[in-house]
Amino acid sequence: MNGLGRALFAAISTDTNKDIDQYPADAAAYRIPRGQFREAAKRMKMAGARLVAEWATDETPFGRGFGIYACYEKDSEYLIVKTHAPLEDPTFPSITKKFVPAYRFERQMKSLMGVIPLDHPDQRPWIKHEDWPQDAWPLRKSFDPAKPLQRISGKYEWIRAEGEGVYEIPVGPVHAGIIEPGHFRFQAVGEDIINLEERLGYVHKGIEKRFEGMSWEEGVRLATRVSGDTTVAHALTYCRALEAMSGSNPPKRALWLRAVMLERERIANHLGDIGAICNDAAFSFLLYQFSRLKEMLLRTNYKFFGHRFMMDTIIPGGTAVDISQDGTEEMLREMDWLKKEFNRLVVIYDENPSLEDRVRDTGILTPEKARDLCVVGFTARASGLNIDCRIKNPFPPYDRIIPKVPVLKSGDVHARVWVRIEEIRESIRLIRDLLNTLPPGPIKSNLPQPPPDRAGFAVVEGWRGEIVYWLQSGPNGEINRCMIRDPSSVNWLALEQAIHGNIVPDFPLINKSFNQSYSGHDL
Amino acid sequence: MLRILHQIFRTGIVTEPLPQGAEKEIALVGARLEEAIRRRFRRSLTIRQVDAGSCNGCELEIHAMNNPIYNCERFGMHFTASPRFADMLLVTGPLTINMERTLLRTYNATPPPKLVVAVGDCGFNGGIFGESYASLGGIGKIIPVDAYIHGCPPTPADLLNGILKLIGG
Repeated sequence: MNGLGRALFAAISTDTNKDIDQYPADAAAYRIPRGQFREAAKRMKMAGARLVAEWATDETPFGRGFGIYACYEKDSEYLIVKTHAPLEDPTFPSITKKFVPAYRFERQMKSLMGVIPLDHPDQRPWIKHEDWPQDAWPLRKSFDPAKPLQRISGKYEWIRAEGEGVYEIPVGPVHAGIIEPGHFRFQAVGEDIINLEERLGYVHKGIEKRFEGMSWEEGVRLATRVSGDTTVAHALTYCRALEAMSGSNPPKRALWLRAVMLERERIANHLGDIGAICNDAAFSFLLYQFSRLKEMLLRTNYKFFGHRFMMDTIIPGGTAVDISQDGTEEMLREMDWLKKEFNRLVVIYDENPSLEDRVRDTGILTPEKARDLCVVGFTARASGLNIDCRIKNPFPPYDRIIPKVPVLKSGDVHARVWVRIEEIRESIRLIRDLLNTLPPGPIKSNLPQPPPDRAGFAVVEGWRGEIVYWLQSGPNGEINRCMIRDPSSVNWLALEQAIHGNIVPDFPLINKSFNQSYSGHDL
Repeated sequence: MLRILHQIFRTGIVTEPLPQGAEKEIALVGARLEEAIRRRFRRSLTIRQVDAGSCNGCELEIHAMNNPIYNCERFGMHFTASPRFADMLLVTGPLTINMERTLLRTYNATPPPKLVVAVGDCGFNGGIFGESYASLGGIGKIIPVDAYIHGCPPTPADLLNGILKLIGG
């Protein structure tokens, strides 16, 4: 038992049970009495843990009512705390006052599963908009997803600032550019932003519920499409969680190919975003330069993996595509070319004073706030938190080619850009390493069907940050629940905090520097 | 500054040239597209893109149409921030219930005559997300659609081709 497990036992030892049967090795899971749920959160907080995710399951097929789960992490140890709430009393103690990100997790659990966090400071729904019927809880087993939703009239209460000269700016859901829909409500005085409130859920497609009607093999196609810019990382996390619960080990070559694709996805998105950030600071030169490099990478993806975003290339048990010796060599040459081109552009970024003026000290997320909000990914690494599950929880081949990631403390737009610049350089190195050591052999192994009433858990560092999948099999070994936590689910809270004290015209720039997924959040 | 000029000089024009080029398809489609836009839209086709629930894959490819390789502006196409100025709505799906009202309002804010293009397999029938409590399926469920561009996601070339087919190049 590691640090977090010991901390949990010290608090509630007599009633703590390790869930050995249901939850195999990858993350320790403990069952505790419902009344102790908040006490457990307090102990985790004291132990210095981060809240990774909080979710609910409908376990009526097993006759167990609702399952309430919270996942914590510290120093590469993941720990899941679980409790039950009976059908007739679907409540649990809120942990929002201990961990800020629980604020939205719990609103979402209440909205979609109908389990009520007691003592939660905000009773408004999340994801579920005001025109849904109150008792529509799609994640419950009794809910028929095929039936069209009835609509009611309702009103969403915004947080409002008052006083002389205070005014409100509503933005969205349809934004000015080619981006996803979401609503931002600013309270401002002059150009200064007093408060920003986000409202999301516009692209809620019912993904988690959709999984429940699919076979495990079909599921990967859906996981691929959770967020179109993160197809590889989402598919990979799903597959790893599934492989963990069914005890399958993909062949070595497949592991290497998966990592190559994961790093290529990282580079392509970082390139596009760095360019777009420069464009939002009115430096369109770099937008076009970086998008040129990105397009070349996408074309190579198409040539060797059959798809520009490498969709449907990762499947349970391995990969669906292989690359030839020629492909390997061409990709190696591409990395040499990219490195040269990229470094030239970085010098231009770094030496441009008008750009520097916009990106430095803008949209600061302090390390303290980053820690409180439990942010992940490059956002965390730009705010002094050394979190990267490629390093902390390496799976092959990352245990051999340990990535080196930069950690900056300033937490501003520049820091987020610079972390990504360094990550591109590192990913180029990783891809070269991987291609040079690509093992021969098959690319897929058989995947046994998972046994009933099991859970699988996996984390993968996508380009935005840590992606978490938690899968649970039902009484017949089918998908009972698929919990997805995109990095955006926690990082959206950070945008609201980073905006304080900034001016309205800097919002697009700051927002772009986080570039979060609406689809991955809304599911 | 010298570095910037040097980089511009070094890069040259990467836009795929019209008569002969690495990708003939883009060149051919582009030339015909330009002609159709000149004829029917007085050289300027203004597009408002609306994400009605997509996974953002289609948005990436619509973005790519604007990169210097495809450079769709040279054909007279450009994207506008307001539906009031738009000739065409380029809508990605699936249509979610939380976007239904918004899409309808955007459609009504676009002055006639207007064209609607539904993008991607999801814009056609909901794709892998299908029809459910949260997804109404294709864009055609609530607004009239003039053309569908299939693909998951459609490539920039598919998008240019689809728009060309609709405006009759």
